Amino acid sequence: MARSDFSQSAQMFTQTTIASGRKIKSCYKFMFNQDTICALATAQGIGAIGVIRVSGPETFPIVNRIFKGKNLEKQASHTIHFGTIRDNQTIIDEVLVSLFKAPSSYTREDTIEISCHGSDFIIQKILKLILREGARLANPGEFTQRAFLNGQLDLAQAEAVADLIASDSEASHQTAINQIRGGFSKQIAQLREALIHFASLIELELDFGEEDVEFADRDDLRQLIFKIQQVLIPLIDSFEMGNVIKNGVPTVIAGKPNAGKSTLLNRLLNEEKAIVSDIAGTTRDVIEDELFIEGIRFRLIDTAGLRKTTDTIEAIGVERTLQQMDKASLIVYLFDASEIQLTEIAQQITEFNAPYILVGNKVDKLSATQKADFEATYPAILWISASENKNIEVLKDTLVRKVKTKEIKAGDTVVTNLRHYQHLLQTNGALENVLQGLDQSVTGDFLAQDIRFALHHLGEITGQITTDDLLANIFSKFCIGK
Amino acid sequence: MYKEYDVIVVGAGHAGCEAAHAAATMGSKVLLITMNMNTIAQMSCNPAMGGVAKGQIVREVDALGGMSGVISDKTMIQFRMLNRSKGPAMWSPRCQSDRMRFAEEWRLALERNLNVDFWQEMVSGLLVEDNKVIGVKTQLGIEFKAKSVVLTNGTFLNGLIHIGEKNFGGGRTAEGKATGITEQLVQLGFEAGRMKTGTPPRVDGRSLDYTKMEEQKGDENPSKFSYLDTPSLTEQRSCWITYTNHEVHDVLKTGFEKSPMFAGRIKGLGPRYCPSVEDKINRFADKDRHQIFVEPEGWNTVEVYVNGFSTSLPEDVQYAALKKIPGFENVRMFRPGYAIEYDFFPPTQLKQTLETKLIHNLFFAGQINGTTGYEEAACQGLMAGINAHQRAQDLPDFTLSRSEAYIGVLIDDLINKGTEEPYRMFTSRAEYRTLLRQDNADIRLTERGHSIGLASDERLNNVNNKKAKTVELIAGLKSLKIKPEEVNAKLEAIGTSALREGTLVINLLKRPDIDMVKLKTLTPEVEAYLSDFADEILEQAEINVKYESYIEKEQVMVNKLLKFENLKIPVNFDYANLKAISNEGRQKLSKIRPATIGQASRISGVSPSDVSVLMLYMDR
Repeated sequence: MARSDFSQSAQMFTQTTIASGRKIKSCYKFMFNQDTICALATAQGIGAIGVIRVSGPETFPIVNRIFKGKNLEKQASHTIHFGTIRDNQTIIDEVLVSLFKAPSSYTREDTIEISCHGSDFIIQKILKLILREGARLANPGEFTQRAFLNGQLDLAQAEAVADLIASDSEASHQTAINQIRGGFSKQIAQLREALIHFASLIELELDFGEEDVEFADRDDLRQLIFKIQQVLIPLIDSFEMGNVIKNGVPTVIAGKPNAGKSTLLNRLLNEEKAIVSDIAGTTRDVIEDELFIEGIRFRLIDTAGLRKTTDTIEAIGVERTLQQMDKASLIVYLFDASEIQLTEIAQQITEFNAPYILVGNKVDKLSATQKADFEATYPAILWISASENKNIEVLKDTLVRKVKTKEIKAGDTVVTNLRHYQHLLQTNGALENVLQGLDQSVTGDFLAQDIRFALHHLGEITGQITTDDLLANIFSKFCIGK
Repeated sequence: MYKEYDVIVVGAGHAGCEAAHAAATMGSKVLLITMNMNTIAQMSCNPAMGGVAKGQIVREVDALGGMSGVISDKTMIQFRMLNRSKGPAMWSPRCQSDRMRFAEEWRLALERNLNVDFWQEMVSGLLVEDNKVIGVKTQLGIEFKAKSVVLTNGTFLNGLIHIGEKNFGGGRTAEGKATGITEQLVQLGFEAGRMKTGTPPRVDGRSLDYTKMEEQKGDENPSKFSYLDTPSLTEQRSCWITYTNHEVHDVLKTGFEKSPMFAGRIKGLGPRYCPSVEDKINRFADKDRHQIFVEPEGWNTVEVYVNGFSTSLPEDVQYAALKKIPGFENVRMFRPGYAIEYDFFPPTQLKQTLETKLIHNLFFAGQINGTTGYEEAACQGLMAGINAHQRAQDLPDFTLSRSEAYIGVLIDDLINKGTEEPYRMFTSRAEYRTLLRQDNADIRLTERGHSIGLASDERLNNVNNKKAKTVELIAGLKSLKIKPEEVNAKLEAIGTSALREGTLVINLLKRPDIDMVKLKTLTPEVEAYLSDFADEILEQAEINVKYESYIEKEQVMVNKLLKFENLKIPVNFDYANLKAISNEGRQKLSKIRPATIGQASRISGVSPSDVSVLMLYMDR
């Protein structure tokens, strides 16, 4: 079936990025030839196994340095080998490695796929080892870019292609659908069908108004849009959530000095046996640690205690803390339960720009009656003892819940593709315009303009929308024509 | 004995007439060959021009310097602006025409053009040398030479008429078919197909009882098609509406077994949007009734066209069924309806100029390209005529884009997507329909028509004046202030909210419930200002002010996509080496050979990623 002019335009939108990237061509070529890249090739999250893919000229030496078993550089292409991945003498995991030598690989480069056990810890650890040995993390779609373009094209073009391939081409259409997990695409497709039906009712009014045709009920249209938005908006929110999963949640642990921040930090990190990587702050002195809870990466940021001070150096620290808190996605505000000053906290809270959790530490220092009293008076406050490991699990649950405030349930769809996200946003914007048009009783042709806009963005996600779709729908459902 | 022509046009229907007129007006020596000089510009189907989307096309043809609008204005018996209750992009002019006067005016217009010669005979073949057409050969064996040839054969190529179980060769009832051309073109490598269309019976108006029908009058203030100073209607004839019913359907069903369509004798594909009445009751069995438009065929004739009753059932069944229609109890039939099958050439074999890819200097226009409708034919004829002239005189191609005109949409659809059923224009086919309005076809196109020597100086002056006056008027509305105490009483009377402080007049015009007419009544000062402008200018300004945001939104889209329309693909680009694109994409691209990336993206079967890959390779 013929493709529409709407899908073209959307396609063109994605292509607009292409034209702009010409300047960095030579630089990219250089990178392309030199780099060895790696990434988790299986879906993120807990699975039985995880596959890490490494591709590029240094693939074999890099993996060989962390792999204990046969000398991989001496093995034939298309063979599989058992062995262990080691960090110096420490065994990280038992793995199977699959070898693909250039050009007989997906990327046409030397490629190794490491199948390891599917825990975040192991995967992260192996990736870090590979990175340490000289590879770099692949950009989204970069394997496909390499496979496709073989180093001849500039970065922006390659990325545009990778994105298109990932979602638009016939062969990888399924990939795109898979990316949008959990029946979301099916649901979108159904709603899109309903919207197409509506669009054709409106087109019917417009193109065949002279004939004996029924009128499209505007209230039904309004209801339909609400229904579509009920699906769209959580998806749009989920992208932000997806981003959080990908990039981590900057989480600031703030509080007055001696509230027990460091103790809590260590407790959280130790408890989780998380990978503690000291990322040297580039422009800031604040230390970041990473903590995984239920697959969500929290970037814990330790801060200088908050208090009014005359000490210049400490003042700088406090200033920095406040800046950090401004950038944070989540704030854990810790205070010493034994010297609680609620007015001060209340004042502090009003300055937070991010969701926060109020945590009263050192409950072990309170008497049972004091504790019961506090809990009854301040139900919103979480009472813990970092040093005695009390309620730390509850805090972790709370952290996770805060991130998932958009009510995304486990196993729900998460939109991770930026292009999909943008189309979802555009769709929603167009639907808002339709609603506005309905409020102002604009004529069908103008409603149609915005509906078409919405359809074309939805179509970009689920497949394609064509004007022929509309006409075909009209011809099959309505008796028109003199 | 016979001189050499610049352009030969074969066929004198809507496409042929526009083609001949355009090429001749631009300065080419034109020979118009028709099988029957008495049926030049014959309206084979209903006696009407325009309609939704089609009316916009007539306005575009007129704006470019074509004749369909002028001829329609001179010969119409009723005018209506359809879709008035909708946005301005939907307003669609439509007229009922005097069938005989229409044909007469066209012939006279062509006769007045000294560059047009006529020849009455059947063309039996083309003269082709080195993949280039150099003339035509007729049935008598005469060879006419020309630099370019336009084929507008309509339904005549191996035309086969069906009525019930009878069928006979012909291009219209009582007119012979044309043979030879299809066979030769196929031999030259063209792909040919079959299409089908139909027409309803014509009846005697004296035998109808109009008291049983609803009257459909023309507009109170009838407008017209041409941007030139053509006459407006002072009196009009009405159409009448009636309906079929169960009795009519039952009678029709008795003829189903003899229906050439249901029995499979008709191989060609008919249009879904113009179904025969038997098709309607068969496919939409739950519908109790279907609308019938009873249309007079002219000022003086009693012949009446039964629009909505297209049929190829046996004539006795047609007659019996007609009698069951309210108002038709005593009907006398003049001619039965019929279906006709004819050859067409899938239009993906054409360039944007409507020149064939296979044979240089050969152009196709109208039903030969798989379209239906007078307006669709006329605009293709115009474009083919223009380009046949340009080619004959070694001048550059003349094409219109999808954002410029419905004509651009039509041709782009045809050459890139092809068509499986007779192609008719709908507004929904145009992605930029808010821009492609009937009120601004002159603003969009007249300058372009003038630049190639088709649209007259008078047309250009008119449009320049219209543009300048509109700008002036809008500027005035932006500077005219109005105070609450002057207008609040009137605003409340209109039913729109009162002003709290002074404002510019233009802001009032933006309100949905205030139009130019109401604006005039607000203050004597406003009225005095507006009275300096013609109605056409007032309308143009009103549309531009009221619908500014919608118009801008589409313009933004056009601009965004424009760069892809300008990205040219090398003529000899080798698609076989594009390993990364889909098989289907590669085949389609090799076949269509798009001129630009924009065009490539519209070809069916070419995926967005194919297009991206294409761009990357081109860049290399």
